[in-house]
Amino acid sequence: MKVEMKNISKAFFKNQVLDGVDLVIDDATVLALCGENGAGKSTLMKILTGMISKDEGTILIDGIEKNYSHLKEAEKDGLIFIHQELNVIPDMTVEENIFLGKEINKGGILDKKTMRKETAELMERLGVDIDPGATMSKLSVGKQQMVEIAKALHNDVKVLIMDEPTSALTISETQTLFRIIASLKKQGVSIIYISHRMEEIFEICDKVTVLRDGKCIATNNVSDVTVDDVVRMMIGREIGDRYPKRNSHFGETIFEVKHLSSAPYVRDVSFNLREGEILGIAGLMGAGRSETMHTIFGSIKKDEGEIDIEGQTVHIRNPIEAKKHGIAFITEDRKNEGLLLPFSIKFNISVANLKKLSNKLGVLDKNKEKKMTEGAIKDFSIKCSDESQHVESLSGGNQQKVVFAKWVTTDPKILILDEPTRGVDVGAKKEIYDIMNDLTKEGVSIIMISSELPEIIGMSDRVVVLHEGKSVGIVEGSDINEEKIMNLATRGV
Amino acid sequence: MKDRFKKINISEFGSLIALIALIVGISLLSKNFATVGNFLSLLRQSSINGLIAFGMTLVILTGGIDLSVGSILAFTTAIAAKLILMGVTSPLAILISLLLGAIFGFITGFIITKGRIQPFIATLISMTVFRGLTLIFSNGKPISGVTRGEDFSAAFLTAIGKGTILGVPTPVWILIIVFIVLYFLLSNTTYGRKIYSTGSNEKAASLAGINTVRTKMSVYAISGFMSALAGIILLSRLGSAQPTLGSGYELDAIAAGALGGISLSGGRGKITGTLIGVLIIAVLNNGLNIIGVSSYYQDVIKGIVILIAVLSDKER
Repeated sequence: MKVEMKNISKAFFKNQVLDGVDLVIDDATVLALCGENGAGKSTLMKILTGMISKDEGTILIDGIEKNYSHLKEAEKDGLIFIHQELNVIPDMTVEENIFLGKEINKGGILDKKTMRKETAELMERLGVDIDPGATMSKLSVGKQQMVEIAKALHNDVKVLIMDEPTSALTISETQTLFRIIASLKKQGVSIIYISHRMEEIFEICDKVTVLRDGKCIATNNVSDVTVDDVVRMMIGREIGDRYPKRNSHFGETIFEVKHLSSAPYVRDVSFNLREGEILGIAGLMGAGRSETMHTIFGSIKKDEGEIDIEGQTVHIRNPIEAKKHGIAFITEDRKNEGLLLPFSIKFNISVANLKKLSNKLGVLDKNKEKKMTEGAIKDFSIKCSDESQHVESLSGGNQQKVVFAKWVTTDPKILILDEPTRGVDVGAKKEIYDIMNDLTKEGVSIIMISSELPEIIGMSDRVVVLHEGKSVGIVEGSDINEEKIMNLATRGV
Repeated sequence: MKDRFKKINISEFGSLIALIALIVGISLLSKNFATVGNFLSLLRQSSINGLIAFGMTLVILTGGIDLSVGSILAFTTAIAAKLILMGVTSPLAILISLLLGAIFGFITGFIITKGRIQPFIATLISMTVFRGLTLIFSNGKPISGVTRGEDFSAAFLTAIGKGTILGVPTPVWILIIVFIVLYFLLSNTTYGRKIYSTGSNEKAASLAGINTVRTKMSVYAISGFMSALAGIILLSRLGSAQPTLGSGYELDAIAAGALGGISLSGGRGKITGTLIGVLIIAVLNNGLNIIGVSSYYQDVIKGIVILIAVLSDKER
């Protein structure tokens, strides 16, 4: 199916989000849609699928003008949008999710047998092994996503739109997804692939369209451009090095973990961290990376093992005690664990600093609070109207900077980062790397989990690799490369 | 100044308009409504629901709910009454009853946090149990005669519910003082931040180093304390403790919060909103009586007003 969007414009109040954008998707192509957060990618896709209305422009589907006023109408024509935050009902089964609202029934009585059979057939078409009777919440994010794709197939998808589909996938799940995308393409389905990850775009996409500030910058064949070209088009300037230069002077070991375990995910993890160092934690999804950090931080109960800070054995039973020992933890789930979305930047930063900002009776010093927040907004160059702006209205990158500000203001000695740049656009990524680099210069030691290998390789001074809950190796210097890390992560040798 | 104006919460503003509209409307229907005397008695009537609603607000802000307020009120009041009849001086009896209110609330909070039971269920349980305990304790009969006598004890208790200071009824003063304290607590102290963050996102709050368990237990203790305080005012006014005292009070308190824009999912709302909600309910109760609406219709009208308020809150 050929989709043409011509001269699409959209403004929210006075904010022009899209300004005369053209987009063409041919039959059986994979089109990458790139742009920084706020460039208008999501808005454009929402207009295409009838979720929001356009102010101007025309949409032609196989040459016929269409004006969808609802997602359901677009779905009928085979345009299906899989969002970054998956739309599944966690307590229902795979089969129930796929047939939700379209249950096969006879006079209201469900025909479970047929539905189960059809679900199994869909899974077979995708070449994945998912039990139709499994409860969604028990499946990994990757598998849940495949169920969504299966649901799209069931709805006779012609154009599949995927927003950051790999942001929560393991490497092997990503490979499965790519295989599915290739096979969908062969079956004549067009795919619009929204992603920040250049490596992926260059691996699977045929064409790339770049949006910036609501305008279409260019559409190219992927084979005609380089990563740097695309990044330059996205941010409108040269980015320079993607990662800041690290110095290699470290202090003494400040933090050490010995034989840490917490069933079932963490089984035997040991590593040490030197002052001013960035220690990368690599591993596949399910290797127990986040769980290890939660165990250190006291938010998951420790079964066994020892944690030493500056040579002293410490007992951390909960996050409050971890904080007292100078540990700060920026978790991967910014929206659910890092931020209080409906509250101001000020509130979010001060919530981790309540003691520092109050007197003995617990009365807050609001001037001090304001000053601290204003300082943090400046230090971390958070783009906002003022400190009372609610964090839910900030972009992903700026939200992440608020989380950084919140924790860095607690003056931690050890900063644990779990996927620090997830959902953050290229420009802001660089800023976050710079912040990390500056912090280590001030003597903060950083532990960084990341699923993006280039990030691990670009930022880490040493890398600990986890495999099935065990630390299976530490690499440093020139050994920090994709091959070495992947070998350890996949085979644990 | 402009800045300040911007910060006025819209939903609070909406309920304030509703309150003013009600007052104006009822004044037009009856001359007897808008008098100083009636307003003072209206405020005095609102103090009971007000105190309970304030405690309830803290609980709701943490994402919980407290159905046990009426039963705790009845039980603590019965205990205070019995103590006074046994010859304990009323200030001491009051103090004991307030303390017990806080302890009973704390027990509920303990069950919720340590037992990991949903607040609705846990407080439903304590609502039932405390009501039962009240009936056992009082043998199902009112405990009366507490304000009889000429001594200091009786005079003190009487003054709490029936007295006036500078022409304003004592219960109104109590309500104002509690309001100011809670307002300050929520907006200017670390405790306030803990309450809001716990209700908004418990996980994030806990990872930020906030003791969410202790925060939650404490709000139920405060709610229990407020119920006991409301009970003392009732005891003073009625001169006796009925075992059925306070049943259904939880609903008016929750309604006041909802009217004032306190989000039942926690983390959002201001105590000023609750105060306005309390006043709306008081104006409705008092006004509908004055213009002679039958009490059967009153509940229906009250329900509709709450519905409109909550719907209009959603619109924004």
